[in-house]
Amino acid sequence: MSGNETTLMKGNEAIAHAAIRCGCDGYFGYPITPQSEILETLAAEKPWETTGMVVLQAESELAAINMVYGGACTGKRVMTSSSSPGISLMQEGISYMAGAELPGLIVNVMRGGPGLGTIQPSQSDYFQSCKGGGHGDYRLIVLAPASVQEMADFTDLAFELSFRYRNPAMILADGIIGQMMEKLILPPFKPRRSEEQIIAECPWATTGRTAGRGPNIITSLELRPEEMEVINRRIQTKYKVIEEKEVRFESYLLDDAEYAIVAFGSAARIAKKSILAAREKGIRAGLLRPVTLWPFPSEEVRALSRRVKGILSLEINAGQMVEDIALAAQGRIPVRHFGRLGGIIPTPDEVVEVLESELVKS
Amino acid sequence: MDREYIIRHGRRVYGKPALMNDVPMHYCPGCSHGVVHKLICEAVEEMGMTEKTIAISPVGCAVFAYKYIDLDWQEAAHGRAPALACAVKRLWPDRLVFTYQGDGDLACIGTAETIHALSRADNIAIIFINNAIYGMTGGQMAPTTLYGMKTATCPSGRQTDLHGHPLRITELAAALEGTCYVTRQSVDTPAAINKAKKAILKAFGYSMQGRGASLVEIVSACSSGWKMSPEKANLWMREHMFSYFPPGDLKDTGREVQ
Amino acid sequence: MAKIRGAVVIDRERCKGCNLCVVACPLDVLALSTKEVNRKGYNFAYEARDGVCTGCTSCALVCPDGCISVYRIKEE
Repeated sequence: MSGNETTLMKGNEAIAHAAIRCGCDGYFGYPITPQSEILETLAAEKPWETTGMVVLQAESELAAINMVYGGACTGKRVMTSSSSPGISLMQEGISYMAGAELPGLIVNVMRGGPGLGTIQPSQSDYFQSCKGGGHGDYRLIVLAPASVQEMADFTDLAFELSFRYRNPAMILADGIIGQMMEKLILPPFKPRRSEEQIIAECPWATTGRTAGRGPNIITSLELRPEEMEVINRRIQTKYKVIEEKEVRFESYLLDDAEYAIVAFGSAARIAKKSILAAREKGIRAGLLRPVTLWPFPSEEVRALSRRVKGILSLEINAGQMVEDIALAAQGRIPVRHFGRLGGIIPTPDEVVEVLESELVKS
Repeated sequence: MDREYIIRHGRRVYGKPALMNDVPMHYCPGCSHGVVHKLICEAVEEMGMTEKTIAISPVGCAVFAYKYIDLDWQEAAHGRAPALACAVKRLWPDRLVFTYQGDGDLACIGTAETIHALSRADNIAIIFINNAIYGMTGGQMAPTTLYGMKTATCPSGRQTDLHGHPLRITELAAALEGTCYVTRQSVDTPAAINKAKKAILKAFGYSMQGRGASLVEIVSACSSGWKMSPEKANLWMREHMFSYFPPGDLKDTGREVQ
Repeated sequence: MAKIRGAVVIDRERCKGCNLCVVACPLDVLALSTKEVNRKGYNFAYEARDGVCTGCTSCALVCPDGCISVYRIKEE
């Protein structure tokens, strides 16, 4: 496929096509439902014959993320994808990448847990993605797509952000977005950077000790506590900048809203239907959809909490993002959670019922 | 003709390699790591690959290898060095890419990464220091700890019924289709050191020729872990290690072709 | 007949006194200091016998810390 034509495909396939088109240098992954189409699509497209992108099926998620770590050390645009249990296995490498301040993209097409859980969709990795996941004080830039179009668009965006801040970025999708087919416009082709460009743009990268510079060393190890504190403080300062500059969100019918639903990803689509249904019943509801889950749109939630009567956090989990909402609302208004578990997707009618019983009538 | 005259007018026939940094190494006195570090420096220098080498360091005693050898280094998580190396080599095919790993890193926690990188015929070289013990963490049992050998976690000696058998991972590597060169060397005598250097040069050379993966095991002494003097450790190594880990080439596809 | 004469220069401060060079020398040229230590507290290797070294490099090869430089000259 070439050009900017409209096409129809799964969210997982969209990520694969977008990766090839945005100048991605390497993909390393391991099959797991419900995201195997990403690796399958890349294998079928054979980008190594066209753009030169490396595609490799690793022996495990552990190897895959460490391949990403190795490739990221050299300044290349590298990525992996997996689903919840596989992402758990990757936490070691993700923490190392954050500690060594490396760019890179991790796609999580969430399924239900805990443990082996289910292969059905879920949003229960919000904590894992936004609150650390691995060891140490670190953050990932977390983007939550709500459509197949956004699966494609966020692939390049995630790379851009992760290189801008030298920090790993995650696309946190779920089985619904990964598996459903929608029309989309694929992004235009962007060439992969040449080795000379990479060496010039990433002077920190381990590309071989080119003449005229000292050795580049990528490590997250520092045994001197004073030095380690300096490193940690520098990373935290970077996170502050990201929090100030990179919050992304979408508002829907919030202008006159008395009640707000906060939802991300596929839950936000359900929320939109619920809001229309609620409005037919005379309940003026609106949606705030965090597009970046970290940095979280706390300021927007805070502002909302000053003008609406209540907030419902709609998540396909047992209540995770609701903690960040409550923190931002600071007890000014009731904040409730609704979600279904085990791979069951909430219906718009259920959401309206909860909105009425938990917020409107109480 | 006195010393001063020889030094002033003679030829310098050996010295610390240019790629070895002046910073003192943290290794214990007599540790084999230093010798292998020197050989790697010499090999990279002789191949003219200083500007095109990307090295991967392990977790273990050699965790700070990047401070001692003046190359670009990536510090891997424990056992994951071959995964890093595989990606780096595929993304930068004209670079010399090698990992440097100990027995705990390579033959225990990183067994999967090691075996699969070798099996995939990734064009990398793996330098494997086998001293049958965990040095950095203070002398615990390794996958290669010999029968009856005492360590901090098998203080009565390794017992088969409790701990199983020492792992000959180099023999495993030789059986894999993806490997082109698998050898076991040591660095306890000048002759052995010269042979080990040739082995490292061959492994590096093969990786640049795209022949596949190489594994160079260096049977090494850990005088601190073994609780003996460096000299005694070398003697003990020859007496006990060599019978279970016999030095020599296990596989050389280059030789078969010739 | 030309005779090969050698000499070694040992970086005392880098030496850890492991004694491997002393053992490796085929002509017993080297020894560890007994009365002096370096800043790290190690007894260091030194050329104890003058005029014996042939510059064979055995000591330098086995030195794990790269402390030894070897010089060689042909005595006509």
